[in-house]
Amino acid sequence: MDSYDTRGSTPRHSASSRLKDYFIGATPLQKRLESVRKQTSFIPTPPRRKIPQCSRLQEDNDPQKVAFLLHKQWTLYSLTPLYKFSYTNLKEYSRLLSAFIAAEKQKGLAVEVGEDFNIKVTFSTLLGMKGTQRDSEAFLVQILSKSQLPSENREHKVLWTGWFCCIFGDSLLETVSEDFTCVPLFLANGAETNTAIVGTWFQKTFDCYFSPLAINAFNLSWMAAMWTACKMDQYMAATEFLWSVPCSPQSLDISYAIHPEDAKALWDSVHKTPGEVTQEEVDLFMDCLYSHFHRHFKIHLSATRLVRVSTSVASAHTDGKIKILCHKYLIGVLAYLTELAIFQID
Amino acid sequence: MSVLRPLDKQPGLNTATILLVGTEDALLQQLADSMLKEDCASELKVHLARSLPLPSNMNRPRIDLIMFVVNLHSKYSLRNVEESLRHVDATFFLGKVGFLATGAGRESHCSVHRSTVVRLARTYRSPLLFCDPEVDGFRVPVAQRLVRMLQICAGHVPGVSALNLLSLLRSSENPTLEDL
Repeated sequence: MDSYDTRGSTPRHSASSRLKDYFIGATPLQKRLESVRKQTSFIPTPPRRKIPQCSRLQEDNDPQKVAFLLHKQWTLYSLTPLYKFSYTNLKEYSRLLSAFIAAEKQKGLAVEVGEDFNIKVTFSTLLGMKGTQRDSEAFLVQILSKSQLPSENREHKVLWTGWFCCIFGDSLLETVSEDFTCVPLFLANGAETNTAIVGTWFQKTFDCYFSPLAINAFNLSWMAAMWTACKMDQYMAATEFLWSVPCSPQSLDISYAIHPEDAKALWDSVHKTPGEVTQEEVDLFMDCLYSHFHRHFKIHLSATRLVRVSTSVASAHTDGKIKILCHKYLIGVLAYLTELAIFQID
Repeated sequence: MSVLRPLDKQPGLNTATILLVGTEDALLQQLADSMLKEDCASELKVHLARSLPLPSNMNRPRIDLIMFVVNLHSKYSLRNVEESLRHVDATFFLGKVGFLATGAGRESHCSVHRSTVVRLARTYRSPLLFCDPEVDGFRVPVAQRLVRMLQICAGHVPGVSALNLLSLLRSSENPTLEDL
């Protein structure tokens, strides 16, 4: 009798507690699936994002170590989680990747003129490039050339750099099991051929998938607003926008440059909630720029496509190219890019 | 004549008129051509307008269905539609208005978020369709759907009215009303 009772009651208890856990820990993907199952509609609420601040983790970062990440143009890719990647095997991976690259070059697939170098690949971790403690460590891959000249100072020339990072990637970390390492954002600088070769090796070794991360006009306007909102001691560059007008036979480009302090003043007049950016504020900020332009030139910029945004913090192009100029807000910029990468993977 | 009303004119014999409102002229033209190619027992008339209010000096038939076309690549088209919505009488929204969003296929070119148009359609309690008129395969089914909706709104389909259609479309989307 007792056993019958316990058998009858426990499944129900465990089912309800499982249901509770399900809803408490539900990721956005699970919430979406749940709403589809219940046939309720899921409208994503307009996001409120935090203005990038100097995060505590970043203070530990040595500015010299990450200085090489700034002022370089990076091409963005989103990357699915890596299977059975281990941070202790980095030397092994560098050996395997150099062998792979040498093999590919001998096959004649990579076309580079006059290279007789030996290629050396290094894998290293970048400490401090994470948003929360749960994020995976960022790591860096570099292809260096070993010069054949028998000179005293044999400096290794960096041919190609690529780094993988995950900043505030909680929504992705929750959905994957422990065998996977989540580093959804990949940034590459250097020849396209090298990016392709490294990508192929990663895809074969870790069963992941790279896809280029394009940034649409909607996200570019968010970036413009968030970066204008950042407090800067001194402005190094003007705030610049580039729009592409779709017309035949050739598209027209409109470039609009504002003094950075004016842009900040405009943002301050629009901004209401301290510390957060809302959709309405972004729309209002951009509408002010559009109406000012319209008043002078009678052109509706809102009918064109925003292609490039450039501020003192960073500059981004819709093809997925980014250049970060300010060390203080590096983590903030990467956090937003990680969000876009995770969204693309989903 | 600044506000469009659904029943302020006599209907034409076996005629159904649709008004397409949107800033993208080429898009509207393609859609109109596809609709007119469809076989239909009623006589179809397609009116195109950039924005409302319509000029009052024209002699036009009674409008049975208004489709507001929003291009997700351009915020300007969204603002234009929002402005034009003010010139439509409230009784039109009982099944005789719909929204059509184009350009969702090319995500990298979108300046307007999908949820913005979804919210707009929900506010006005009207159906929302997505379409990429440049692609033939997408344009023809949407044109067929619009022709069918138009016939129902003009009263040419016995047993189904515009309001019936609206409640049918709505109940499959969301049974609960708490979204807004």
